[in-house]
Amino acid sequence: MASIAMDKPGATALLMGNEAVARGAIEAGIGVAAAYPGSPTSEVLPTIAGAAEEMNIHAEWSSNEKVATEVAAAASFAGIRSLSIMKQNGANVAADFIVNVNMTGIGEAGMVIFISDDPGGMTSNNEEDSRTITKWLDNPLMEASSAQEAKDMVKWAYEVSEAVNLVVFVRGVTRLSYTKGNVILGELPEKREKKAYFPAIWDMYNPVKSKFTSGPFPVFHKPLHEKLEKARAIFETSTFNRYMGPENPELLIITCGACTSYSTEAVEALDVGHRIGILKLGTTWPLPEKLVGKYLTSTKKVFFVEEMDPFVERSVMELAASMLPETSELAFYGKRSGHLTPYNEQSTDLVIEALRDILGLSYQPRDLNYEKEAEEAVKLVPHRPINMCAGCPHRATFWAIKNAIKLDGRNGFTCGDIGCYSMAFAGPGFFQARTMHAMGSGAGVANGFGNLKQFGFDQPVLAVTGDSTFYHAVLPALVNGVYNKSNFTLLILDNSATAMTGFQPHPGTGELATGEPAPVVDMEALCRSVGAEVRVCDPFDLEDTTKTLLEMMRKESGARVIIMRRMCELVRAKRKIPRPYTMHVDPGKCLGDSCGCDRLCTRILGCPGLMWDSEAGKAAIDEALCVGCGLCADICPVGAIIREEVS
Amino acid sequence: MAAKTLPKEPFNFIVAGVGGQGNVLLSAFVGTALIKEGFMVSVADTFGVSQRGGSVTSHIKISKETPYSSVTLKGKADVILGMEPVETLRTLGEFGNPQVISIVNPRPVHPSGGVAYPDLEEVKQAIVRLCAQTKFVNATEEALKMGNPIYTNIILLGALIGASVLPVDKETVMPILEERFPGELFDINLKAFNKGMELIASA
Repeated sequence: MASIAMDKPGATALLMGNEAVARGAIEAGIGVAAAYPGSPTSEVLPTIAGAAEEMNIHAEWSSNEKVATEVAAAASFAGIRSLSIMKQNGANVAADFIVNVNMTGIGEAGMVIFISDDPGGMTSNNEEDSRTITKWLDNPLMEASSAQEAKDMVKWAYEVSEAVNLVVFVRGVTRLSYTKGNVILGELPEKREKKAYFPAIWDMYNPVKSKFTSGPFPVFHKPLHEKLEKARAIFETSTFNRYMGPENPELLIITCGACTSYSTEAVEALDVGHRIGILKLGTTWPLPEKLVGKYLTSTKKVFFVEEMDPFVERSVMELAASMLPETSELAFYGKRSGHLTPYNEQSTDLVIEALRDILGLSYQPRDLNYEKEAEEAVKLVPHRPINMCAGCPHRATFWAIKNAIKLDGRNGFTCGDIGCYSMAFAGPGFFQARTMHAMGSGAGVANGFGNLKQFGFDQPVLAVTGDSTFYHAVLPALVNGVYNKSNFTLLILDNSATAMTGFQPHPGTGELATGEPAPVVDMEALCRSVGAEVRVCDPFDLEDTTKTLLEMMRKESGARVIIMRRMCELVRAKRKIPRPYTMHVDPGKCLGDSCGCDRLCTRILGCPGLMWDSEAGKAAIDEALCVGCGLCADICPVGAIIREEVS
Repeated sequence: MAAKTLPKEPFNFIVAGVGGQGNVLLSAFVGTALIKEGFMVSVADTFGVSQRGGSVTSHIKISKETPYSSVTLKGKADVILGMEPVETLRTLGEFGNPQVISIVNPRPVHPSGGVAYPDLEEVKQAIVRLCAQTKFVNATEEALKMGNPIYTNIILLGALIGASVLPVDKETVMPILEERFPGELFDINLKAFNKGMELIASA
């Protein structure tokens, strides 16, 4: 794709929802964008960063979502429109700041947070619905239904933000963020010079106006609620809220976001457009009550179609209760009635299923004989477990961890964290991660285990973190561990990348979001400076890594650190660094199933580059997938896997 | 609006493969070409953790005027590009129907963690049974002959365009390929693309 800042108003581009958000913010004339990488939003910031120079934008990867939001807020305070971007869980990190900036209000320039939730947990380990947080924080909320709308909505969100002097949230979901669609580009802003200035004047008689310091006074809280009412009034006439269908529908679907097209497609598939009305809401909090109330009185049945929590459903039912007795005959369908679930992703097929049940319709997606044959045929299809990539250094790290814990013999265990290495909860990491929660929680939980000695606890405790996660949320836990003399070993899996979300740079990589060189925050020196003992290993040196692990596990001192340093295999490939080895299996040496190793290489180590040749009854290398890291040669008990150095 | 016609509305195209095979790039090429042909498209790729060796799909819904959601309804695929045999079969199981057309790369990608791969011939026969028309294209094999399995997806793109099952011409795809692979990279990718066209013609 050409630059997102292409100056071609009216032209159609194929944009991913995340790219459309970036374009919308650029069209709105933002000066600052800040984010921490997190799927499903990871592409927004790099897309903006790619146009940073030509559009005079400061685009940064911040060390976490709270810092990103503070960076964006300062820009707004100084009169520059700004964007903060985060995945659903980022709202938890940033919430503490947002609840306070809602007290002070923002500056003259608008500020938007683009947040994307992950129904179905396709890129996350939870399905948090961020809309509930937005509501308890008291921020206006919009939900985009397509890439085109995401662009247009983000642009409009700046006008709303400035009109009500609050941060405005635009919510997406994975399907919105990662679906590419036609987007008609709008005008770019004039390239005038943006002047940042912070009005640092304090008027003790008018604390609300000489703002930017929050306080526990109702004087700050009352205006917030007035602002929300103002937002509600703006939302009542928003063109992002639309009704399609007959004047008095037999059933009214109230939907929003990605579920909008599931609803329209389901109605089309069932051919019931003359019976069903669809009210699509683009602004979901505060609820435009007059608008919704009008449609509630046009029908007898209401069906809510939305991702995750019954958020709109609850707001509308609350409204319906306030409208009694006008609404007394209404029947409601949705999550509460069990027609859709508050977990997992919605789809057109699920909406069809629910409508069939509510309206007593029949629907046959395909020929019944074919259906039977297809069901029979898929019995052949094996499960395909996710895996770490061929040549991934994490595989070597967890192999060493597994062996070291076994050799140590005191039931040691590893606290897991968030990143590619999360896969250690399952086969790819040999089931070594025994706890896994939020960003940084591995080290945090390890702190707690490491201080249970007085209760007879004597198991060695390991915690893992990636390099990017280390700067995000692990550092405070390490400081805590040193200070409180907690007995654990922190393993930093330093692969020079935020690999899981797409190789974004971080404070340790020496590169900014825009690709410019940056100072390297030296992880090793940082850990030493807080008082932790630090060792550095190459995980592909299994012997040295296992020995170091054993040694560090046996120590009784406070928190200590092993940095497992080896570049992510995908980064190596991207940088075109030659592979170290060419691998092959010597069929004369591989003993197959008579070896007694029980297929240690293909079944346990499980690198995608290895495969079981069932005809020969021996292991083999898949030349299309093997990247020549050489790890498997070290684990074969009979030395049948041969590595040859690439000359 | 599009000059070319669509056999039905929406027209559902699915790419099925394994994380790392390059389905995202392939679907972006197809999606961009369709927009250049004047169509509305909605492209959904599998992202996130499944990209690490799991099953991945790209769904492209094509329409004349109305935008659709990206995910295909059960049993409603029109064309499937299978980058891997069992992934093709998995996709047919959910989205297949008696009219579906498939183009399949028959090279297996073995699941990891000791999960056995089924008998390849049996899988291929099941695919043929579930499709109105199936063409096998040895894309990985040809890519390895060219020196790098990375060309597999461009060979398959060539086969797809050559099969004339989507309303997209080679002439529309070329500038997109050239923009993505500038300079020397273009020559080798053009070679891969043409190889795909050649393979489908004799499949």
